[in-house]
Amino acid sequence: MTRMAVSEVAPRAQLPRLLAALHADGSPVPFDEHLGIYGAPPVQLGRRLIDLVEASGLSGRGGAGFPMATKLHAVAARGGRKFVVANGTEGEPLSRKDKALLGCVPHLVLDGAALAAAAVGADEVVVAVAERAVRERSALTRAVAERARRGLDRVRFQVAAAPDGFIVGEETALLSWLSGRAAKPTLVPPRPFERGVRGRPTVVQNVETLAQLSLVARYGPEWFRELGTDEEPGSALVTVAGAVSRPGVYEVGLGMPIRELIEWAGGTAGPVSAYLIGGYFGSWVAAADAERAALLDSELLPFGASLGARTVFVLPARVCGIVETSRLARYLASESAGQCGPCVHGLDAIAGGLERLARPEHTDLLRLERWLEQVRGRGACRHPDGAVRLVASALDVFASEVELHAAGRCSGEGQVVLPTGTAR
Amino acid sequence: MSEVLRVNPIACDGHGLCAELLPELIRLDDWGYPIVDGRPVPKELLSHARRAVDACPTLALALGRAERAASDRRTRTR
Repeated sequence: MTRMAVSEVAPRAQLPRLLAALHADGSPVPFDEHLGIYGAPPVQLGRRLIDLVEASGLSGRGGAGFPMATKLHAVAARGGRKFVVANGTEGEPLSRKDKALLGCVPHLVLDGAALAAAAVGADEVVVAVAERAVRERSALTRAVAERARRGLDRVRFQVAAAPDGFIVGEETALLSWLSGRAAKPTLVPPRPFERGVRGRPTVVQNVETLAQLSLVARYGPEWFRELGTDEEPGSALVTVAGAVSRPGVYEVGLGMPIRELIEWAGGTAGPVSAYLIGGYFGSWVAAADAERAALLDSELLPFGASLGARTVFVLPARVCGIVETSRLARYLASESAGQCGPCVHGLDAIAGGLERLARPEHTDLLRLERWLEQVRGRGACRHPDGAVRLVASALDVFASEVELHAAGRCSGEGQVVLPTGTAR
Repeated sequence: MSEVLRVNPIACDGHGLCAELLPELIRLDDWGYPIVDGRPVPKELLSHARRAVDACPTLALALGRAERAASDRRTRTR
């Protein structure tokens, strides 16, 4: 059915795929060079691309892991003016992967957006990048200009500098902002495929998902499935941070053991106590558990974790996990959009409870547990749920540290390591 | 057809009238915002539920048909 999609030369079945053309100095790959390696995106596939995506099993790389074909089908079925939004806001402070793609291989992302637009019948693409991601935004703007000069694309690209902040990347918040309203989440339904940018049906995809799409379109679903597992096929970008020798963005096959990823990152630097997996909406996992788990939701589930924002942070043993989590809880409370009572008041109360525990002062742990229970699932978006998940995992994984704090002591040496708010 | 209570958390300002009118199905959290459990409203409480919906000053409480969750949609299309 889809001979045209599968290139005669299907390079790079193995790793790296997305990062195959990367320049050593990280400078953006120019359009001519990009075309020399990959050729033009096969937009003539049109709607048939959705069948390829479905067969590939490609799922969203932004955090929620939603099957891409489902979103494409939903928007393709609608009539009238439509939009594609490439979400490159990457508000998660630990994550660098989307910035790496936008800054180094912007044309893969733009190819994917053009292909998605052709598949659903949209002729406008908006690429949203955080205001403070200056380098990435200028790489992208130049890339769009290069393409306009070539006149290859049928779609119009617009680069939007989205306000900074954790919540802006939430898709309904981003769509609100792109429609001229405040960058705050809205109640779903309606979902973006029903009412997105300016009320029109919209495909919102993380920029990595679109870059993956551009490879699926060229090399086909079988090629895509040569990496990863049946349940989660393909490669994925993961940001490794914290106590490792070479922190950075790594492209892995999904299902790769975490231990192997840490080896790629040069191994752990000194003794470590726990891993924060999936970003600030993610979960703490004891180091010994994390080191026998793999980068796959089903493998992380027994430890209460999931891939989420695809970040792996390694906590040095000399740093207190409760102190770190109290800082993150305060950060997440301050990043609430301020719309829903349980999120506004609940996250503030939870952060306050954790801060008392961290100092260490007396904290009513039962009350803290009750707050976690009360706040879960009570927002218009998943922000309160993510914060609750993080805090609950900390109370579990750092249980002995909690006891130590209850006795007025702390095992940490007073350092803090996790970034809060300045993700640049 | 069963009906469920839903709170629009953006619209809700925590006036608390609903919990006063319908304590059988609505309790308040530590900050005064209503918690509904999403289970079908029993027939004998339907008129009370409608009264609570009508009393909400911000129109944040609604009585609606039980809807299939997004997670179901996902497994279906996979």
